[in-house]
Amino acid sequence: MNMIAPKRRRLVLVGNGMAGIRTIEEILRRAPHAFDIAVFGAEPHGNYDRIMLSPVLAGERQFADIVTHDRAWYAQNGIELIAGEPVVGIDRDARTVTGALGTTRPYDLLLIATGSTPVIIPVPGHRLPGVIAFRDIADVEAMVNAARTGRTNAVVIGGGLLGLEAANGLARNGMKTTVLHLMPTLMERQLDPVSAKMLKADLEARGLTVITEANTKAIHGTDRVTSVELADGTILPADLVVMAVGIRPATQLAKDAGLTCNRGIVVDDGMRTSDPAIHAVGECVEHRGTLFGLVAPLWDQAKVAADRMTGVADTDYVPAVSGTRLKVTGIDMFSAGDFTGDDTCEDIVYRDAAKGVHKKLVLRGDVPIGAVLYGEAQDAGWYFDLIRNATDIAAFRDLLIFGPAAAGVNQGSGVEALPDTAEICGCNGVSKGRILTAIHEHKLSSVDEVRARTKASASCGSCTCHVESLLTLALGSAYDATPKIKPVCACTALGHDAVRAEIVARALKSIPETMRSLGWSNPDGCATCRPALNFYLLCAWPGEYRDDARSRFVNERMHANIQKDGTYSVVPRMWGGVTTSAELRAIADVVDKHNIPTVKVTGGQRIDLLGVRKEQLPAVWRDLNAAGMVSGHAYGKALRTVKTCVGSEWCRFGTQDSTAMGVALEKMTWGSWTPHKTKMAVSGCPRNCAEVTIKDFGAIATESGWDLHVGGNGGITVRVTDLLCKVTTEEEVLEYAAAFMQLYREEARYLERTAPWVERVGIDYVRSRIVADPGARRLLRDRFIESQRHAQRDPWADRAAGVEAHEFRPLATVE
Amino acid sequence: MKTSIDLAWKSVGTIDDIPRLGSRTVTTAGDDIAVFRLADDRIFAVYDRCPHKAGKLSQGIVHGDSVTCPLHNWVIGLTDGKAKSPDEGCARTVPVRVDGRIIMLGVS
Ligand code: SRM
Ligand SMILES: Cc1cc2nc3c(=O)[nH]c(=O)nc-3n(C[C@H](O)[C@H](O)[C@H](O)COP(=O)(O)OP(=O)(O)OC[C@H]3O[C@@H](n4cnc5c(N)ncnc54)[C@H](O)[C@@H]3O)c2cc1C
Ligand code: SF4
Ligand code: FES
Repeated sequence: MNMIAPKRRRLVLVGNGMAGIRTIEEILRRAPHAFDIAVFGAEPHGNYDRIMLSPVLAGERQFADIVTHDRAWYAQNGIELIAGEPVVGIDRDARTVTGALGTTRPYDLLLIATGSTPVIIPVPGHRLPGVIAFRDIADVEAMVNAARTGRTNAVVIGGGLLGLEAANGLARNGMKTTVLHLMPTLMERQLDPVSAKMLKADLEARGLTVITEANTKAIHGTDRVTSVELADGTILPADLVVMAVGIRPATQLAKDAGLTCNRGIVVDDGMRTSDPAIHAVGECVEHRGTLFGLVAPLWDQAKVAADRMTGVADTDYVPAVSGTRLKVTGIDMFSAGDFTGDDTCEDIVYRDAAKGVHKKLVLRGDVPIGAVLYGEAQDAGWYFDLIRNATDIAAFRDLLIFGPAAAGVNQGSGVEALPDTAEICGCNGVSKGRILTAIHEHKLSSVDEVRARTKASASCGSCTCHVESLLTLALGSAYDATPKIKPVCACTALGHDAVRAEIVARALKSIPETMRSLGWSNPDGCATCRPALNFYLLCAWPGEYRDDARSRFVNERMHANIQKDGTYSVVPRMWGGVTTSAELRAIADVVDKHNIPTVKVTGGQRIDLLGVRKEQLPAVWRDLNAAGMVSGHAYGKALRTVKTCVGSEWCRFGTQDSTAMGVALEKMTWGSWTPHKTKMAVSGCPRNCAEVTIKDFGAIATESGWDLHVGGNGGITVRVTDLLCKVTTEEEVLEYAAAFMQLYREEARYLERTAPWVERVGIDYVRSRIVADPGARRLLRDRFIESQRHAQRDPWADRAAGVEAHEFRPLATVE
Repeated sequence: MKTSIDLAWKSVGTIDDIPRLGSRTVTTAGDDIAVFRLADDRIFAVYDRCPHKAGKLSQGIVHGDSVTCPLHNWVIGLTDGKAKSPDEGCARTVPVRVDGRIIMLGVS
């Protein structure tokens, strides 16, 4: 039998964002093999959870945590991802789309999901550097970087959801932040005036300044923003201005292609545009005159578009009420539906000023149509269900405002009583039935596993308690709610990532302050957490943090390796493994003068002097310093050696000067403290005599440049490097090396070498930060160089000159 | 009351000579003595030999009233010299008296 596979239809998605990728997932679920799929995205990443940018800005999450689809996902699903290239034209006659770099792809079906663009008010000065929006990860990086580089004053224009989350994040990064809002009360589209005032007071208590009825007249500055001027003449100093005044559907591309557009791209109930071959979903569309700005409706649109595009069903999109929460940790609020009402409505209000609680429900007859909950929102899910299902509440109207428990409707958090169709996770549109099925089918036993399988609670996290209840319901006492994050040590319940995030967010600058602020159970910690905290603080506050010698392991405190008999070894740096007769002579003299028992060539291309007594160390170092040699950090969680081969200078196969490249790398990176030890190597040709492929970072010369390798390890568990990318010049090798070092320093956990770290976060993630995004790479490089300015001091020279002299001398001698 | 009769109190320096959460050694004819200063300025002394493989306790990280040995991470209680469970063993303690800020060790 001769079967010819049916030709696959070609599907192109423009807009690699939340709505577009959700639609692709829905399509794959319905018809996994129907299409050849290509995705164009203007941003140089896979897909991430945009709504979680706020917690990333606030330092509560890292970018890696919010990536929902890494490059591996596209590859596994056979999807071509063209990231970093916006589409600039759609040719509807030829049925092709073309990107800004000229990439062209034909389509049978096209899906547009270009999202929206932030509105920038065209006041004078709006184009100055330092004036940004809050829409993507690049904006978050710009904000974090402004705070890190010592800019002090931030002004956020717009007191809606986005503006307040931006302001909170900036304040958590240590900036003095002012929010300007045009209207008399904050978040007027989600909050009634009473709760808005409570919110304002809560934000002010966190150190934010809020100015309402503030009309921005101009932004001042010459080569960068310096201040903001209001209509009443007030001048506010500003090093950074974030505009969060609204969004506008991104319709330009569709307009240029001649599709019917109004405020958004007009779609029918089947999410189809005026061209039957083109569907559109997300914030770029307009459906029956309505625009969208929250994710929940987009998930419904994705299902409808997928049904229609695969042809499995002719479903229609029916708008539903959506609810909102402000993602500011510690502020509990929820708002849904119509919370103002009209003449035909009645309010039920509950207020407890002392506890800072305000709840307002709007009813039409006996049916709730809207709610605002401030200060206590744990019953939000229940109210939201009543509103969405237009439930008649006559039977418990008197007790409605006190929540489901008081109203005697159902107990606990209420999920037990919900039908299987009830939506548990609004962000990701996951029903109770789907969660329970996943728990049973895949034997899930933790919130993280449910998250990974179903995405429930993976976005804003506010339904986590419901997911926990469902786990309890499904597994009974077998479910153990204690989180599976591994704490740093027995002194705390927090994991490494959380501790690092808090150090930055709360601007913690010393070990005791960190322990106090984060509730350490042992007042001076233990031998596990103290070195970790010391490193995290050192990395977060270069030049400012005072290294705590008492929290260093002995080798790092003594700047030498302790040996089994209590003596020490001394390994001077030998740049790139190159030495001279003068250096060798000096080493020989030091050995003779101090009677050092053993001299050995190490596996790292340098010389180890073993068996030096503690009291001898400063004198040995002084003599080595005098001959121009400095500490080799053979003892540290630090840059160790840069191993090289002879390269093009001598070797008949060498294509580049690997020795000089290695020396340049070592000169740039020596002295840096890292989560675990870091080793580098440079080989002059692919024969790779310097063993680059088992180093943390390395370069292998080729005819045309350098292959950069990362994440290798010899040692206990051998791991071969991943190829990071190819570059051409030595400057690029240095730039990528510095960026890699800094990413590792900032994001790996203490005592995690690059190999397990790269395994954990994925090489795609590392590439997304270092290769795909030149701006991000340079920011990392700059931070590394800044930190090196403070780190490159020879610790031996300091100690030979008397620093920490008590370490090397006995307190006293008694007979 | 053997110890108190045989002991000679030797002054070895002041509290300020030792960093908080740090330690200094006192050289004797036999093993060195490690003198520790805790966060609350209490002073303890033990012979500078880990009960495990003679690691120099003076070089360890001090926390609470314990020190973690630099060689293989045994945790030794400074009040009694005992290794914390699951390890077993005991470092030899040395009696300490503090007079004002002067540290005195009771050596035999
Ligand atoms: C001196 C040296 C052996 C030698 O005589 O050649 C050495 C000596 C020690 N190595 Fe090593 N390693 C030495 C090269 C290596 C290499 C080879 C290399 O760097 O090319 C490796 C495998 C490559 C790698 O790291 O991926 C190596 C893998 C280890 C490991 C396992 C690391 C791992 O990630 O699996 C440890 C244990 C650790 O770090 O926790 C270790 C730990 C040690 C320690 C620090 C053990 C200790 O804690 O006391 C030894 C200190 C001896 C001393 O006092 O100087 N040493 N060690 C080498 C010093 C190189 C230098 O110039 O700085
Ligand atoms: C900071 C922040 C917090 C938020 N918080 C919440 C919240 O708590 N709850 C909630 O429900 N919603 C929240 N939202 C809104 C939510 O993120 C959006 O509703 C959602 O991301 C919209 O999805 P989308 O796919 O339509 O657009 P996007 O996710 O923006 O995706 C569109 C993608 O298309 C790309 N693109 C645009 N033009 C082109 C082109 N020509 N070629 C190729 N690619 C193109 C864009 O670069 C973008 O990556 C928040 C948004 C932000 C910015
Ligand atoms: S392999 Fe490394 S750690 Fe093991 S004994 Fe040799 S030097 Fe020490
Ligand atoms: S010698 Fe102290 S733990 Fe091994």
